[in-house]
Amino acid sequence: MTTATATHDDHHDHGPAKGLMRWITTTNHKDIGTLYLLFALIMFFIGGAMAMVIRAELFQPGMQIVDPQFFNSMTTVHALLMIFGAVMPAFTGLANWLIPMQIGAPDMALPRMNNFSFWILPFAFTLLLSTFFMSGGGPAGGWTLYPPLSLQMGDGFPFLIFAIHLAGISSIMGSINVIVTILNMRAPGMTLMKMPLFCWTWLITAYLLIATMPVLAGAVTMLLTDKFAGTSFFNAAGGGDPVMFQHIFWFFGHPEVYILILPAFGIISAIVPTFARKPLFGYSSMVYATASIAFLSFIVWAHHMFTVGMPVTGELFFMYATMMIAVPTGVKVFNWVSTMWKGSMTFETPMLFAVGFIMMFTIGGFSGLMLAIAPADFQYHDTYFVVAHFHYVLVTGAIYSIMAATYYWLPKWTGNMYDERLGKIHFWISTISVNLLFFPQHFLGLAGMPRRIPDYSVQFADWNMVSSIGGFIFGASQLLFAYNVYKTVKGGKKATDKVWEGADGLEWTLSSPPPYHSFTEAPVVK
Amino acid sequence: MAHTADHYYVPHGSHWPIIASIALTTGVVGAALWFNGHASGEMVLFIGLALVAFMMFGWFGTVINESLKGMYNEQVDRSFRQGMMWFIFSEVMFFAAFFGALFYARELAVPWLLGEGAKFATHDYLWPNFSEAWPTNGPGGVGGQFETVGAWGIPALNTLLLLTSGVTITLAHWALKAGDRTKTVLWLIATVALGAIFLGFQAYEYIHAYHELNLTLESGIYGSTFFMLTGFHGFHVTIGTAMLLVITIRAAKGHFTADNHFAFEGVAWYWHFVDVVWLGLFIFVYVL
Repeated sequence: MTTATATHDDHHDHGPAKGLMRWITTTNHKDIGTLYLLFALIMFFIGGAMAMVIRAELFQPGMQIVDPQFFNSMTTVHALLMIFGAVMPAFTGLANWLIPMQIGAPDMALPRMNNFSFWILPFAFTLLLSTFFMSGGGPAGGWTLYPPLSLQMGDGFPFLIFAIHLAGISSIMGSINVIVTILNMRAPGMTLMKMPLFCWTWLITAYLLIATMPVLAGAVTMLLTDKFAGTSFFNAAGGGDPVMFQHIFWFFGHPEVYILILPAFGIISAIVPTFARKPLFGYSSMVYATASIAFLSFIVWAHHMFTVGMPVTGELFFMYATMMIAVPTGVKVFNWVSTMWKGSMTFETPMLFAVGFIMMFTIGGFSGLMLAIAPADFQYHDTYFVVAHFHYVLVTGAIYSIMAATYYWLPKWTGNMYDERLGKIHFWISTISVNLLFFPQHFLGLAGMPRRIPDYSVQFADWNMVSSIGGFIFGASQLLFAYNVYKTVKGGKKATDKVWEGADGLEWTLSSPPPYHSFTEAPVVK
Repeated sequence: MAHTADHYYVPHGSHWPIIASIALTTGVVGAALWFNGHASGEMVLFIGLALVAFMMFGWFGTVINESLKGMYNEQVDRSFRQGMMWFIFSEVMFFAAFFGALFYARELAVPWLLGEGAKFATHDYLWPNFSEAWPTNGPGGVGGQFETVGAWGIPALNTLLLLTSGVTITLAHWALKAGDRTKTVLWLIATVALGAIFLGFQAYEYIHAYHELNLTLESGIYGSTFFMLTGFHGFHVTIGTAMLLVITIRAAKGHFTADNHFAFEGVAWYWHFVDVVWLGLFIFVYVL
């Protein structure tokens, strides 16, 4: 035992290794969190560049810049990168940085596996992007990979499938780590119902990930064997059914939607009380609402497939089940607004993004309700209305929460304050341009413009131009964000340990920047 | 600051995870090249798998050494246990996808192709002569005429073998808890043997299916679900048997004590999981 203790001591005193190997071999939750966030930012810009290509092509009717096949691969890979490469790794990065600090743990529960979870990702996405240079080009059948279209891809097909497998393995291991950390590493006195909501929402998100990523792995494995091993899962001539893929895919895909938004709820639930200088309204109802949303997410998947041809009973069941999600989500929005009610509010950049989130996420939530109405969805399906809906929940929802979180916790992570003026400029340009970008897409969709098509009828020209202009401004304004982050990492006004006057929670009791190992001695929570 | 074993062990940097990432990537690149018909594919796949094996020896070896040195306290042990449980849950969900495909095909897709329910149009317009209910290779007769494997021959015997192996591993666990190393090792050897015999029978059944029944992976939806479900299960039995072999050797070396043997229990849970999946297979693939 003595030897063991000695070795252990050495490790603590050494601190991080120097140079590149520090980042490749690290088992430290903060290092790994930083890697995740950096990776997500890079993917955000690559995926964003693809969005710019899409908006440039759609700036005017007619074929302008790219050929249709390449346009299709832009929409497909933009989605794959933003979902699996940007938003999910960003949330995992935040989980890595914050969960050990928020529950009073020294690190994540399984630190070596934590490194593995991260370092698979660069390989997975290199594989995915490498398909662009293969015969047949990148995936162009939509991120949902519906057969038989997705099976027509060229040499890149197995690389695409294996990239998804690797990203899935990463997510599953990352989620196991989050769950075990939260269930096993809490400081004495940190009962489950005292945990910050970010931990709660991530606990439930991790559960959703472990339950659904293997289902996606199964679905894409069936695609692979259908293409290369002669199976007939999605081939009606062999007794299979292409629609079966959609069912299996969306059994993963709908919980995935909540995987992309539940951690955001946790972030907003941390930021709003800080800047309203009031405790969160309805803490326990937030926990129950999150759990209800997670439960409901497993029984609503076929609302993505209303037009595929389903028995009417099926349509009705999935319609009503979907609408029920509005109840717990409404509880959350009500609680955030009630937290602000009569608070001593200030509007620093994180709060601006949080308030922006609440308003614009709610718009996306309401258009979701419209889409949930099965008979109406026959009109909306596969139009730009759907595109507008999920970009409101994902860009002004998930991405806004990640921006809010970055501004909120960056002073804690780096020890430096970010440039407040630049942050506010970033918020206002982003918010104006993002509405210019996505709001007109509601009109386009209701007027019947189909999604995923590089050309359109001239009646859609005006709003498409407005949308593209909004898109270019929004894309460019994200450079301000990257610059602000870079500047803060390099230096700036020193942040205090508490950073924000109204901040509450264990992470604010640590120094800014916090020590390499967060809580070597567990704090006692009263 | 003085550390005692009651502190949670946070390892210093490790090079095993990056080796694992490179190994997995090499393996899948090899597989992808192989699928695309490149001559180099099999070789790259083999290198990847060899790297995976090397990584597992190295990584697990490190963990075993740390465990033997007493660097892990009870809390670390709990992390491992919970991690293993959630891993098994993810495996359950992987099989759920394939069971889901089986149920969907049998209960919905094939009846629709036969002209029942809301989607009768495919039957009426494309395949009005299709009348073959489960087991079927579809209206196109994909893969040609085939026969199915009877439930009460080898599959029933295999069920018996796996259920028995569930008993023997429990007896090994009891012996381990009683501190009887010889008995532990003997019962573990029995479990490994049962797993290996199961795999032998399964291989025999596959050869029989391919050569005498014309039942192949390409036999329409029946062949697809049959071989993917039993194939992935057999793959998991193979992994489980290898894991059992490792803990047998470790038990023989005296790595486990009556109250500290996570590796043993983790493997036992995995083995029970494989067993339960087989029961599902036996009922839904073979009997019904």
